[in-house]
Amino acid sequence: MEPLMAYVVGGLYAAAIYMMLRRSIVKLVIGLILLSNAANLLIFTAAGLVRGTPPLIAEGAQVPPPGVADPLPQALVLTAIVIAFGVLAFAVVLIHRAYEIVKADDLDQMKSTDT
Amino acid sequence: MRPEIALPILIPLFFGALSLAVWRSRLAQRWLAVIGTGALLASGIWLLFATLNQGPLVTTLGDWQAPFGIVLVSDLLGAIMVLLAGLMAFSAAVYSLAAMGEGHERFGYYPLLHMLLAGVCGAFLTGDIFNLFVWFEVLLIASFALLILGGERAQMEGAIKYVTINLISSAVLLTAIGLVYGLVGSLNMADLAVKFADADAEHTGLITVIAMLFMISFGIKAAAFPLFFWLPASYHTPPVAVSALFAGLLTKVGVYALYRFFTLIFTQDAELIQTILIWGGTITMVVGVLGAAAHFEFRRILAFHSVSQIGYMILALGLMSPLAIAGGLIYTFHHSVVKTNLFFVSGVSYRLRGTHELKELGGLYRAAPWLSLLFLISALSLAGIPPLSGFFAKFVLVRGALDLQFWVVTGIALAVGLLTLFSMTKIWAEAFWKAAPENAPTPPPVEPGQPLYLMYLPIIGLAAIAVLMGIFGEAVFELAMLAAEQLEDSRIYIEAVLGENP
Repeated sequence: MEPLMAYVVGGLYAAAIYMMLRRSIVKLVIGLILLSNAANLLIFTAAGLVRGTPPLIAEGAQVPPPGVADPLPQALVLTAIVIAFGVLAFAVVLIHRAYEIVKADDLDQMKSTDT
Repeated sequence: MRPEIALPILIPLFFGALSLAVWRSRLAQRWLAVIGTGALLASGIWLLFATLNQGPLVTTLGDWQAPFGIVLVSDLLGAIMVLLAGLMAFSAAVYSLAAMGEGHERFGYYPLLHMLLAGVCGAFLTGDIFNLFVWFEVLLIASFALLILGGERAQMEGAIKYVTINLISSAVLLTAIGLVYGLVGSLNMADLAVKFADADAEHTGLITVIAMLFMISFGIKAAAFPLFFWLPASYHTPPVAVSALFAGLLTKVGVYALYRFFTLIFTQDAELIQTILIWGGTITMVVGVLGAAAHFEFRRILAFHSVSQIGYMILALGLMSPLAIAGGLIYTFHHSVVKTNLFFVSGVSYRLRGTHELKELGGLYRAAPWLSLLFLISALSLAGIPPLSGFFAKFVLVRGALDLQFWVVTGIALAVGLLTLFSMTKIWAEAFWKAAPENAPTPPPVEPGQPLYLMYLPIIGLAAIAVLMGIFGEAVFELAMLAAEQLEDSRIYIEAVLGENP
């Protein structure tokens, strides 16, 4: 399972960077979305994937049985998803406003502040 | 539970929420901004004295013991940075009273300012790398909104680059955190320092990869070469008070994170990391100062100088001796004070003349001699002229480099100082010295209730600090030296967080 996920994560990073290098600002945002998802999947994979062993402590026991899923990376990913959602929502509104003001979705026409 | 550690985070959060509650009242928001940032400054002073007297302070959140729960840690580096944040925030808030247009204030300038400060102080004080990521996002989203407040075309164009590059930086940071957790199963900085120090030899390569990911992520935030292009493209677009706060504070968060990570956590492959930091810092200062020399817009020159000065701080970290790091810390503080002040001066000159272009400015020395004096103090301090703050910062740093026999780097650092003086002289000659040009633009109309003296007050205060840091150079140096020794001996931090025998 992990090698497959590694390829998926790598593919997502590559696709994200490809999309961000395009000139269209819509594709730029799609690239950012892919990038944040790639990072989330990577946390998930790096912390270890196990099937069908929820981290539950049996009645009377003090610690869960060995080999259960680690709940912490899931909490981390959940936090990261929420943050990424908020930030990306902002980015979508930003490119919409930028499109209204600049009247183009082409990054090459947004160079007036560059040096 | 130590209240003084939590206060610098709680105060801005509280005042931010309160400012939202009085959304309709512009007057109340303005007063809350001054009171809130003043309280932040006071709590920063309290925290610094408490840390100085009692050593590193630690608070566990929810009483979950380290390394399992999130801890807030205040060592001298963190406390100094919080004090700096309070100082910058207070001066920016007073300046905003006179400089911020009603349109900006009505659309939530002050609540965003408080949220930004909460994120900055949280990043300075947390002892947990995932929590650091969360605070970074808090300050980023506030800075995004501050950057586009006003909605002009240049702001939108600058913001797209700023937002994109910062989101990439966050994704890289998150990737690095995920790999760290996968490798050692911990997120607590002190615990990571222990675990990486006695990690197996087979993992050394992976640890170096993770260190590089962190370096890229923080390097983007600090605007180090070759990751700085977003800064000159965006920092001159928002209102001056925002630019000043960003230049003084936000890049320093990246610098702080570099200092924290590469003195505490990633110390095993030191030679490679030091080489990258030293040469990255050196090239940063050269490229930044050359960019500044090529520009003729007041704020763009200042933005490029920010890049250049970041190079000194990264160089100091790369040298990694207590003396050099003490120099880097003085430099960080001095640069925030001086650079914010120069942006403030550019705001006053805009109010008097209605333009930021040096070619259209002129005659300011005749029209406002005191402003010229205040500009000169900050500009000469930036260039490192004794007896101002910049001289001692540069002196300690160069001395540290010479002790380690880095002759070439030292020479470049001194030459960059000379070039800094050159572009400061350019601003002086063009904006202050020469006669006002014939076809100068008319100054913008002043909104009622924005007296000019409120813009001068923070400028005078920060200029006084720049002078005092020079006059009381020894006290500043001793404090920085103590902080550098705490950074150098990472056991102090580890024992404060994890107890005597981790």
